[in-house]
Amino acid sequence: MTVSRTETSMDAKDLKVVNKPVRKQDALGLACGEPVFADDQEFKGLLHAKLLWSPHAHARIKKIDVSAALKVPGVKAVLTYKDVPRVPHTTAGQGYPEPSPYDTYTLDSKVRYVGDRVAAVAAETPEAAQEAVSKIKVDYEVLPAVLDPFEAMKDGAPVIHDEPDSKNIPDARRNIAAKFDFEVKNGEWFKEADHVLEHSWSIPYLQHCALEPHTSIAYFDNFGRVVLRTSTQVPFHVRRIVAQALKLPVKKIRVIKPRIGGGFGSKQEVLEDIVAALALKTRRPVKLEYTRKETFVSSRTRHPAVCRMKAGVKNDGTITDAEMEITLNTGAYGSHALTVMMCSGSHTIPMYRVKNNIRFVGRSVYTNMPVAGAYRGYGATQGFFAWECLMDMLAESIGMDPVEFRRRNYIKLGEGSPVFKAMGEGREGVEQVITSTGLFEAIQKGMDEIKWAEKRAKYAKQSGPVRRGVGAACMMQGSGIPEVDMASATIKMNEDGSFNLLVGAADLGTGSDTILAQIAAEVLGVKTEDIVVTSSDTDVTPFDVGAYASSTTFISGGAAKKAAEKVRDMVLAVGAKILDKKPEALRLEGGKVVAADGASCALSEVANTSLYYYDQHQICATASHYGHTSPPPFQANFAEVEVDTGTGKVKVLDYVSCVDCGTAINPQLAEGQNDGAVVNGISHTLSEELEFSSNGTPLNASFRRYKILSAADTPPVRTFIIPTWEPAGPFGAKSVSEIGINGPLPAIANAIYAACGVRLFDAPFTPDRVLAAIKKAGKR
Amino acid sequence: MRPFALKCKVNGLAIEREIPSSRSLLDFIREDLGLKGTKEGCGEGECGACLVLLDGKAVNSCLMMAVQLHGKELVTIEGLKGRDGGLHALQKTFMEEGAVQCGFCTPGLIIASEALLRRKPDATLEDIKQELTGNLCRCTGYEKVLSAVEKARDNRNA
Repeated sequence: MTVSRTETSMDAKDLKVVNKPVRKQDALGLACGEPVFADDQEFKGLLHAKLLWSPHAHARIKKIDVSAALKVPGVKAVLTYKDVPRVPHTTAGQGYPEPSPYDTYTLDSKVRYVGDRVAAVAAETPEAAQEAVSKIKVDYEVLPAVLDPFEAMKDGAPVIHDEPDSKNIPDARRNIAAKFDFEVKNGEWFKEADHVLEHSWSIPYLQHCALEPHTSIAYFDNFGRVVLRTSTQVPFHVRRIVAQALKLPVKKIRVIKPRIGGGFGSKQEVLEDIVAALALKTRRPVKLEYTRKETFVSSRTRHPAVCRMKAGVKNDGTITDAEMEITLNTGAYGSHALTVMMCSGSHTIPMYRVKNNIRFVGRSVYTNMPVAGAYRGYGATQGFFAWECLMDMLAESIGMDPVEFRRRNYIKLGEGSPVFKAMGEGREGVEQVITSTGLFEAIQKGMDEIKWAEKRAKYAKQSGPVRRGVGAACMMQGSGIPEVDMASATIKMNEDGSFNLLVGAADLGTGSDTILAQIAAEVLGVKTEDIVVTSSDTDVTPFDVGAYASSTTFISGGAAKKAAEKVRDMVLAVGAKILDKKPEALRLEGGKVVAADGASCALSEVANTSLYYYDQHQICATASHYGHTSPPPFQANFAEVEVDTGTGKVKVLDYVSCVDCGTAINPQLAEGQNDGAVVNGISHTLSEELEFSSNGTPLNASFRRYKILSAADTPPVRTFIIPTWEPAGPFGAKSVSEIGINGPLPAIANAIYAACGVRLFDAPFTPDRVLAAIKKAGKR
Repeated sequence: MRPFALKCKVNGLAIEREIPSSRSLLDFIREDLGLKGTKEGCGEGECGACLVLLDGKAVNSCLMMAVQLHGKELVTIEGLKGRDGGLHALQKTFMEEGAVQCGFCTPGLIIASEALLRRKPDATLEDIKQELTGNLCRCTGYEKVLSAVEKARDNRNA
């Protein structure tokens, strides 16, 4: 029996719990410092793990002697490549089979970057573990290293993955970890164009800087199974990949994600194999907690990229052709090498209509450098920096206002792009058209807030060394990976009319537990507090791919909604018996089953009836959900900057970010997502860059030297949510978490150009770089 | 090395412990006292996740030795209380304003804000920004954190 209630009959104004700034469920515990993170629980007999990291960018281990290390008092285990299974795998926590090459080993006899794993120690104290690490004697055969992706592709370059047993590397001899070429050709290239512009943009090594370093504790349950309490975004992928790497059955592993202290993609990486291996060796609980330096160097980074774009435009504002050639540095291992590269094109090129020809050429290249992986924005950050700066240049070439030029060309409701189908993530993509967009309103709101027309006119005539300018950039992203990402939810009813919501989804601080509860509460006619959420425990909660690809609201939210609808129907069936009415004539509201004539019974009565009195059964349902499309959220960004042409210092005076995420399930949390993403993007733009010596040694792997914005450095960021209704999303929702990080690089670059006539192509825009560009352009 | 006989006050309670003189204040708080609200984000005094109040002043506990606590009064996030003995005003406003995302940096931010508001009850937005410079947060972009501190200041002064 089903009660028909179609999505389209609903509107945001009818919503009682969804679209409200409900308090985040875990906020109280977090604000009070409750022991909720991975490292906050105490384990009797806990051992501490420390790793020996490679001091060389590329070397073979000729000999490794751990005898002195084993003699350090308190040392319980030292593992080298000789002690662990040799299983090629990827650390990328992605859907199976992963589209990343299997090129990584728990420990190997070869090291491929400064900071690669050499050996692992478990000891009674961290000090003993560290001392043992220092006593491991390694005889390295140092190999020639290659640090630059363009050098790495040349004939005769050192081959980083010369091992015979790695899998799915497209061209190991040329160090190519992933490649993809794609062309739509409707005529001669650039034939119709009045102007053709081309340039390259680059992004350096950037780190996520989640405040909680990667922390994992492996221990044993009463059945001798390995339990991993770990700061992860992908508990189910951790279970599967650790099982694979250590040759264990999946059933022998349980993964629990407690609260985690931020991830931003860095914890979409499965690095838990080594702590599990130490626990298996010692049969004791073992904790591995990265130091901040280790987090910088040996966890993951954003893929540094050089993105060359070339596009043609007609004088009437039509974009005729567009070509993107992106080279990503994936570092020593190819984690997310293909998919980040694909998203650099698939999330960006469709943003604007291209009349004739489109080409994408992508390469992800191995180097002897730290390993890149998933990072909020996921390739779109790199792609949009190029595309949105080029859009500004194209507008200028035809003398059109850059916002007007974007308005003419951005993808409209009902429109698609050949890129959606051509560029998937490891499989073919899906065809889709835009089914909701608030970009027009977002642009309008942003122009009003930043005072676009007034300031463009005012700043056009400036003199003196300090100049101001406003710049714009538009964005889209996705909502989950269509036909790949799957989530599920289980809901069961309790005596007091409350419900347990069990979800595999991984709240990494985003508030997903809360918004999933809101979605269930809306369907079940109860308050959010009546939904008790348990998330991310592979023994207890149903499957979910985890928190990535901007998928949780859209995919996991869809699962929570479907499960709630099933439970609603079960509740109504019992209520119908109690009230002696037809279920079709009943609804759930205010914690009651309510009939049209006003008759009602409390949910607690329904629960007690089903559990104790009549036709006894547990009201409980599970539902799964995956997307057939990936409806993009849209965003308009406007930056106002002040450039001191004497010093090169750029000050962001105002940043307006208007985001269409469909229905914001929780507007306060959605704003928070966007604020945080934008500020991370501004930080990328103004100061962040991991630097290396000529032999690949990181030089600034600390918060002291790798500068992320603090409260005092952060400009005013104003987020505005532009409501739309996405038919494919739960209660009209799309994603919101990633899109905001992509705007600042191009918006600020375009604003700097508007201020002082200098274009910047290489991030970050530090004073020395800005000054050099100003001098080169003769703009002083 | 002989253990050090530490006498101090922690969250209102008098404490006497023998500790190794090499113990860091952060390890003493987390490991010996089992107070897990104080976090280690960097271990070098840059991120502020380990801030505690020592005689009312905010200090990075990762940079101090436990022996420096001798004869002093320590307040950690677990010891912060409102005037009515319940939630502290900052804990309330952090929740209300949506200033808690992952929450790892939250105890440190609340401690820093409390130290400022004790010292300067009418702190301006600029004062707050300057005070929180030693507290890194990657989730919130600081917007809602700043509103939470301003709101707590206004509530306190109302």
